[in-house]
Amino acid sequence: MTAVDERKIGGLGTSRKRVEDDRFIRGKGNYVDDIVLPGMLHMEILRSPVAHARIKSIDTSRAWEVPGVHLVLTGEMAATRNLAWMPTLSYDTQAVLATDKVRFQGQEVAVVVADDPYIAKDACELIDVEYEPLPALVTPEQAIAEGAPVIRDDKAGQDDNLIYTWEVGDKDGTDRAFEQADVISKLRLHYPRSHPSPIEPCGSVADFNRATGKLTVYMTTQAPHIVRAAVAMIAELPEHMIRIVAPDIGGGFGNKVPVYPGYVCSILCSILLERPVKWIEDKTGNLISTGFARDMYLDSEMALSKDGKILGVRIRADADHGAFYADAQPSKFKIGLLHSTFACYDIPNAHLMARGVYTNKAPGGVAYRCSFRVTEAMFFQERMMHAAANDLGMDQAEFRRRNLVRDDQFPYRTPFGFLLDSGQYHKCLEVGLKAIDYDNFREQQKQARARGRLLGLGISTMTEPLGAGNSREFDILGIKMFDSAELRVHPTGKALLRIGSKTQGQGHETTFAQIVSHELGIPADDIVVEHGDTDTAPFGMGTYASRSTPVAGAATAMVARKIRAKARAIAAHLLEASEEDVEWELGRFYLRSSPERGVTIQECAMAAYGNMPDGMEPGLEHHAYYDPPNMTWPFAVYIATVEVDPETGVWDVLKVVAVDDCGVRINPMIVEGQIMGGLTEAYAMSSMQFQTYDAEGNCIGSNYMDYLLPSAWETPGFELHSEVVTPSPHHPIGAKGIGECAAVGGPAAFVNAVMDAISHTGVRNIDMPLLPDRVWEALNQRRDVSGAPPVRAED
Amino acid sequence: MYPPRFAYEAPRSLDQAQALLAEYGDEAKVLAGGQSLVPLLKLRFAAPAMLVDINNVPDLEYHRTASDGSLRVGALCRHADLERSTLLAQFPVMASAAPLVADPVVRHRGTLVGSVCHADPQGDWSAVLLALDASIVAVGPEGRRTIPMAEFVLGPFTPALRPGEIAIEAVIPPPQHQPAGSYFKLERRVGDFATAGAAVAVEMDGSRVTRAGIALTGVGTLGTRATAAEEALTGHELTDGSIAEAADAAAESANPQSDHRGSAQFKRHVVRTFVSRALHRVLDAPAGKAA
Ligand SMILES: Cc1cc2nc3c(=O)[nH]c(=O)nc-3n(C[C@H](O)[C@H](O)[C@H](O)COP(=O)(O)OP(=O)(O)OC[C@H]3O[C@@H](n4cnc5c(N)ncnc54)[C@H](O)[C@@H]3O)c2cc1C
Repeated sequence: MTAVDERKIGGLGTSRKRVEDDRFIRGKGNYVDDIVLPGMLHMEILRSPVAHARIKSIDTSRAWEVPGVHLVLTGEMAATRNLAWMPTLSYDTQAVLATDKVRFQGQEVAVVVADDPYIAKDACELIDVEYEPLPALVTPEQAIAEGAPVIRDDKAGQDDNLIYTWEVGDKDGTDRAFEQADVISKLRLHYPRSHPSPIEPCGSVADFNRATGKLTVYMTTQAPHIVRAAVAMIAELPEHMIRIVAPDIGGGFGNKVPVYPGYVCSILCSILLERPVKWIEDKTGNLISTGFARDMYLDSEMALSKDGKILGVRIRADADHGAFYADAQPSKFKIGLLHSTFACYDIPNAHLMARGVYTNKAPGGVAYRCSFRVTEAMFFQERMMHAAANDLGMDQAEFRRRNLVRDDQFPYRTPFGFLLDSGQYHKCLEVGLKAIDYDNFREQQKQARARGRLLGLGISTMTEPLGAGNSREFDILGIKMFDSAELRVHPTGKALLRIGSKTQGQGHETTFAQIVSHELGIPADDIVVEHGDTDTAPFGMGTYASRSTPVAGAATAMVARKIRAKARAIAAHLLEASEEDVEWELGRFYLRSSPERGVTIQECAMAAYGNMPDGMEPGLEHHAYYDPPNMTWPFAVYIATVEVDPETGVWDVLKVVAVDDCGVRINPMIVEGQIMGGLTEAYAMSSMQFQTYDAEGNCIGSNYMDYLLPSAWETPGFELHSEVVTPSPHHPIGAKGIGECAAVGGPAAFVNAVMDAISHTGVRNIDMPLLPDRVWEALNQRRDVSGAPPVRAED
Repeated sequence: MYPPRFAYEAPRSLDQAQALLAEYGDEAKVLAGGQSLVPLLKLRFAAPAMLVDINNVPDLEYHRTASDGSLRVGALCRHADLERSTLLAQFPVMASAAPLVADPVVRHRGTLVGSVCHADPQGDWSAVLLALDASIVAVGPEGRRTIPMAEFVLGPFTPALRPGEIAIEAVIPPPQHQPAGSYFKLERRVGDFATAGAAVAVEMDGSRVTRAGIALTGVGTLGTRATAAEEALTGHELTDGSIAEAADAAAESANPQSDHRGSAQFKRHVVRTFVSRALHRVLDAPAGKAA
């Protein structure tokens, strides 16, 4: 007997087919909307049509008269249960149902519960709300202007629209760097507001059972345990009487981390009516009211020496949080991990100053495929790098070569205090440049320019902190950001793995089994992975910030190792040897002295239940909680080439090259899928996908005719490179996480490419998305184009 | 989707459909492909009391060349049928427009006639049919009548149909000389309505333009016919000069609004560019070949 061949059991590094897909493809998935309980009623939300107004009166009498209506709930009624407001994950408050004012278009004003959703919707239309309009504020600039109306006049002591100021870095050192600079490069940018827009909107089925006192909530959440804790606090219910179940999820992308008023209302209605209440948001509700992302303004300066070294970086950022500060992010970091910006470059000094501002827009600021605002951090960084290289008159690739952290500098401490674990940044850049045929392209570009054709190339290089995070710095609502796994190996050697994280479509049921296979030699097909039910899953912090593999994946490896340790003792017993004389190879323990004598992991499993050594507890089950010692730092190079049509402003992507070093790849196929999905979203951000508002605060982008997502038709092809692998030194299997890199680092590659194509105009910036009219305007008027709202309305 | 309450009938003959429409008058709506009407129901922008689904009415799926050479497009002919059609060689602007209407999924349900009846200023077929001097045949309580495209759209989303009338086919007259031309559309993504579009349909006698039809999409509340541009071409040789003149004239006749898709100035420039590109394509095509 020899070791099991890992490639044959679907272990680490195999492109095992996704086990989830079978049920999805056959229409056998189980989403929240598939859940039907006996006696279940349906809830619909009445939303505010205006962005800012005082509520003068709400008359629900006509709605109550509609046959089939069971409950019409307003903020006033919720207030009697202390539920008109709720805490957010960022220590602010958010209206569940508006009582005094509405503060953004789409805000929840009342709900109707009825026999079916049609009746509920009809009755919603019969609720009369009298609004007294107030001026709408749609940018931080407007909101912090002298004399602006105070949006959060509900908060004692809040007499302006500022939420926080937050500062990090060395101000004096940075000031000195600017005094010594040969060149100072400045740039103003806006990362537009976007919405993660999962195909499945949010929803819940709340089922309060008066007899048992137990509340079961099926809901669309990426973080069921956080929700349980939050519900316990908000609804003042005992936590052991709350069960949150997150069944199959139709995409989350950060949108399904927060606790939304709809969930809370469905719970309250179920408690009041003592019947199950289902709420399924419609697409418009999802787009206009739930967690958006980005919406950040940047004012930046780089201090440069004339030989192309970055001496210092100064960043001022204003974040538009909408009407409530409801980011889902670690408590300590007010503006997420924005200070991870410039992490991949060796720079001595940096200083960041951020402000958070209330506006009359939907609340949120969620981490849309992003480790807490690193998307803004890396976009700003790479747009600044592009502009700085031009200001220096230096080649884009050469400028990056001169500043990227070198292999011999790891572990590397950034000026903002992060510790980079490992990487081969220069090697990745060279692989990317070769793949795009950099030198040749520059020549082609010159020739094309002479014929009036505008070709451009954009580079984006970046690292990103994943796997939040260590307990010294990371918590949400005071709970540290560890994660967990529980493994049960059954007598016949089959196993059940339960993880504290939750899949939102990444394929955890496939890949987490592969980690166990790698550690124990049990075929991946013999391992079932469960998650998402707080009554059965171990406590975990959920899936976002690319944390599942770095944290729950690590916990999975660790619990498998605990199982292996116990199995070793059993093996020694079966082989009648001492543990020290027993060796492990994948799937099997054997005697060092006679390797042909051994027992398989499956034999150990059976013995754990039927033939354990004297004094040993029966069974082969364990759990592990993993507190990551550091973040993991994948690195990526994205390079795009484009051609711009000067007459229409339309640009076509010619080629995209992606070099991702995410450490060890558990399932290469799934990794590639993540990269392609991320690049698609990057292309979307750069070309079309954004949420904007008119001067009255009306959301332009409340449906898919105006909120543009690319389809397979316009999405370009991507060339992926996987040849650079730098395992994380502190992660048990060396994996770094890959869910977000391309969405984080990709947008700047496209934008830089378009800016490169029109560099002859002297235009320094066009804000995303680079819609044809913006590109044309930049080309024609030879000036930067801002994308800040209010959007041009029809005139 | 939770539309307002409505009654629904799917008659099996045109007579039954007409009877229902006569009975419900203004309160009824015809349902063809549903690709414009259903979204309106979903958003509760439309609340008809009765939907008369004509998909079970026989013999409306066709598109065919009639004996007079005209193209007849029945009320249930889908965009996708036209996209795959072999009959559009004589109507090159239609052939080039068909794959640009909406997205592939929508094209399998949506109809050309429904699109024209919807009278969306951003609808692609309306401009194309206007450029081709097409007309719509409708039947109703007062019998059958033929309405020229130029008179068919009274305003945004307001076709010249009387209560109880059903449009049954579009008639596109045959070309007298070598047909050429194409449809250009600026969209932000596939399936987006036009930021601006231009339908250019010309007929050529050698290098001379014998007929020019130019109509624009999305740059006016009504279908916009670029009459001055047509006049700049008709009866003249097609040259770089006449193309420039026509393109400028077309841009001039556009009446775009500034909105989130772009400024009026931008849209006008796009019209100029598209008309110029469509005509250059004709000019550059090998002699005798449609472009
Ligand atoms: C995602 C999406 C993208 C789209 N993009 C585009 C685009 O880029 N360009 C474009 O031009 N269109 C676009 N459309 C609209 C599409 O082309 C529709 O198919 C078309 O506008 C309407 O045709 P229909 O057969 O679906 O009509 P329906 O939706 O069934 O009806 C539309 C209207 O016309 C009336 N009507 C229909 N048929 C008749 C008839 N025979 N007699 C009398 N009245 C009638 C109906 O009562 C209704 O008022 C898009 C639609 C969708 C959903």
